[in-house]
Amino acid sequence: MNDKLNRDAAQGAGQPQGASRARGASNGLVAIMAKEFRRFFTDRRMVITTLLLPGLMIYATYSVMGSAMQTMFSVSEDYEYQVAAVNLPASIKPLTEQAGLDFVEIDPASTEQIAQIKQRLSEKDYDLLAVFPADFDARLQSTLGGDAPPSTTPDIELYYNSTHTQSATAHSLALGLLDSYKNALLPLFSVNANSDVAYDLVTKEDEAGFMLSMLLPMFMMIVLFSGAIGVAPESIAGEKERGTIATILVTPLKRWQLALGKVVSLSCIALLGGASSFIGLMASLPRMLGASGAPAGDGPGVLLYSTTDYLMLLLVIISTLLLFIGLISLLSAFARSVKEAGTLVSPLMILVMVIGALGIFSQSAQENLLFYMIPIYNSVQCMVGIFSFTYDTAAIALTLLTNLVLSGVCVVVLTKMFNSERIVFSR
Amino acid sequence: MGGTDTILQVTDLSKTFKLSAKQQRLENTSEKLRRAVDRLSFTVRKSEIYGLLGPNGAGKTTTLRMLATLIRPDSGDALVDGYSVVHEPQQVRSRIGFLTSELKLEEFFTPSYLFDFFARLHNVDPALAAAHKQRLFERFGIGEFSEVKVASLSTGMKQKASLAISIVHDPAIIIFDEPTNGLDVLTARVVTDYLAELRDAGKTIVLSTHIFSLAERLCDSVGIIVGGQMSVSGTLDEVRAGKDLEDRFFDLYQQQAGEAA
Repeated sequence: MNDKLNRDAAQGAGQPQGASRARGASNGLVAIMAKEFRRFFTDRRMVITTLLLPGLMIYATYSVMGSAMQTMFSVSEDYEYQVAAVNLPASIKPLTEQAGLDFVEIDPASTEQIAQIKQRLSEKDYDLLAVFPADFDARLQSTLGGDAPPSTTPDIELYYNSTHTQSATAHSLALGLLDSYKNALLPLFSVNANSDVAYDLVTKEDEAGFMLSMLLPMFMMIVLFSGAIGVAPESIAGEKERGTIATILVTPLKRWQLALGKVVSLSCIALLGGASSFIGLMASLPRMLGASGAPAGDGPGVLLYSTTDYLMLLLVIISTLLLFIGLISLLSAFARSVKEAGTLVSPLMILVMVIGALGIFSQSAQENLLFYMIPIYNSVQCMVGIFSFTYDTAAIALTLLTNLVLSGVCVVVLTKMFNSERIVFSR
Repeated sequence: MGGTDTILQVTDLSKTFKLSAKQQRLENTSEKLRRAVDRLSFTVRKSEIYGLLGPNGAGKTTTLRMLATLIRPDSGDALVDGYSVVHEPQQVRSRIGFLTSELKLEEFFTPSYLFDFFARLHNVDPALAAAHKQRLFERFGIGEFSEVKVASLSTGMKQKASLAISIVHDPAIIIFDEPTNGLDVLTARVVTDYLAELRDAGKTIVLSTHIFSLAERLCDSVGIIVGGQMSVSGTLDEVRAGKDLEDRFFDLYQQQAGEAA
C-alpha cells in the first residue's frame, strides 16, 4: 500500500497529475472529436462525396424533374392546337379564335378522314375533334323557344385523349368555350363571372406550405438518414474491422468519452451533409413548385418561413440526427465489418422511409402530444407542422426531449458495447 | 510472494471462451467451453524482460490481453504496479504500453498526428509529449516519415511507429505480444535492441513469443505455458536447468501431454 503511495508521489513529480486529471476528463473527449473531424475534413474524397455531391445531385435531379414535369403537365403558350370540327356552326365559329382553337373544318361526308383523326387522337398525334349536329343552330333555336321535346336537344361530341397533355388542354378549352356560350344564351345565374377578382383566397404561403409540408418531411428524413449512414458505419464498424479501436481502448480514455465523442462529432458531420442537401433542395424548389402549380418564379420557398420556424426546424433536425447517428452507431458497433453494418442498417432505412412517407398524407401536424414520444414519427410530424405553419411548440419540445433522451440511451449502450470484449473482438 | 521489486503479480488468472458450433466441428470436439487460460500465476520483477513462451494456442495472447485490460478474467487477478486489472483497469491502462500486431494505427493519419493524439488520450503534457516524440522518432528513424500517412509506410516502419506510439506516455510496463512477428531481420533487431534498452533504462517488459532463441537472447525470466497452464516460471537459468531452452520445453510438453493422457 505504501508502495502505491510512493509511486503516485514519484509520478506526481514527473507530471502534474492532479491538474492533468481534471483536464483529462474533457481532454479525451475533445481529442476523439478532433480526430473524427480531422479524419473527415482532411479527406478530400469524403468531403466531396458527403458534403458537395448530395446538394449538387439533389439540385440537378429536382431541377430536371421539375422542368420535365412542367413540360409534361403544361402546354407552352405559343402552341398551336391541332383541332378539327365537323359541321362547325356559324354561331360558334367567331368564338373559337378567342379560345385559341383554330378548327379545321371537316366535311361530314368524309367518314374516312374522321376515322383517321380519331386514330391520330388515340396515337396522341392530334388534339381534338368536335362533332356538331348538322342542324345545330336550328335545333338550338327551337330548344330555346321551348317548343321542342328534350330528346331533340343538340348533342356535341368532343373526342380527345386524356393522357395527352395538349389534347386534354384543348378539351377543357373547348368545354369552357361551349359552356360560356351556353351561359350567354341562357343566363340563369353565373358563378365567378368577374375575371378581375381572385376568388381563391389561398395565400401564397399556404399554397407553397402545403406543397412543402407534403414533400419535405420524407425527403429530409431520407437525407438525414443517408448522411448518417455515410459517416457512422465507417467510423465505428470500420475502426473495429481495421483493429484501430482496440488501440484506443488500451489507453485510459473513458469508454463513455469515446462513445459520446463519436456520436457528437459524427452528428456534426452528418448535419453538414444534411445542410448541403437542404440547400440543394431549396435552390431547386422554384422549379419543382412551378411544375406542381404552386407559385412559381417567386424565388425559393425559403423566404416563406420566419427565423423562428427555421430555428425550430434546425433543432428538430439536430435531435433527429443525434438519434440516427446513435442508432446506426449501435448497429455498427454490433457489426463485424462496414459491409455487415450496411446490411444491418437497411431495415432501419426502410422504416424511416415508410414513416417519412406517412407525412405525405398528413394535412397538418399530429395534434395528440403523446405521438411526439414516438421517435422518427415525431420528427416527421414536427416537420409537417413547421412546413405547414401548424406546429405546436410543446410538441416540438417533447420531440427534442424524446430524441435527446434516446440518443443518450444510445451513448450509454454504446459505452457498454465498447466495454464488452465480445463486441470489440468479435470475429 | 512478490518482494518489493515485484511489479506484476499474476494470481490464478483464468479465462474461458465459448466455442461456436462451427469451431466445435472444426476441432472435432463436443466441448462447449474452451479454457484458454487455466489458473495462471507468475511474478515479474521490476526492470526485467519476462517472456511468456509457448506454442500457438497456448493462451499467451489471451493472458496478455487480460493484463492489458482488454478482456476480463473469469477468475483470478493480476496486479500491475499494484493496481488490479479487474478492479482498477483505468489505473492499469495509464501505466502500461500494450503492443500487438492486432492493434493497428489508423492508416489515414500520419505517425506524427497519431503520436499527438495518443499523447492526449494518455493526458501527457504537450511540451513533454513533443520532446518525447522527437526523441523516439529519431531513435527509430521515423523522422522523415513522420508526416507520411501510415497507409504508405512499410510494414517495418509501421511497426516502429506503433512501438513509439504505444510508449507515448512513458509507461513503467510494456506488454508486447509477439514483438518480431512479421518483421524482417533488420526491423526485428531494431525492436529487440530497443526492448533491451528500455529494460536498461528501468522499464519492465512482458512479451510473448514462440521463438525460443529470441527468448534466450532477450529475456531475463521466462514462463512456459502449455494448454493454458504455467508449466514453469523463473529466471532463464532456473527454467533451463542446464539444458537448451527448446529441449527443456519439449521435456515439459511431453510430460504434460503424458499427464493429460
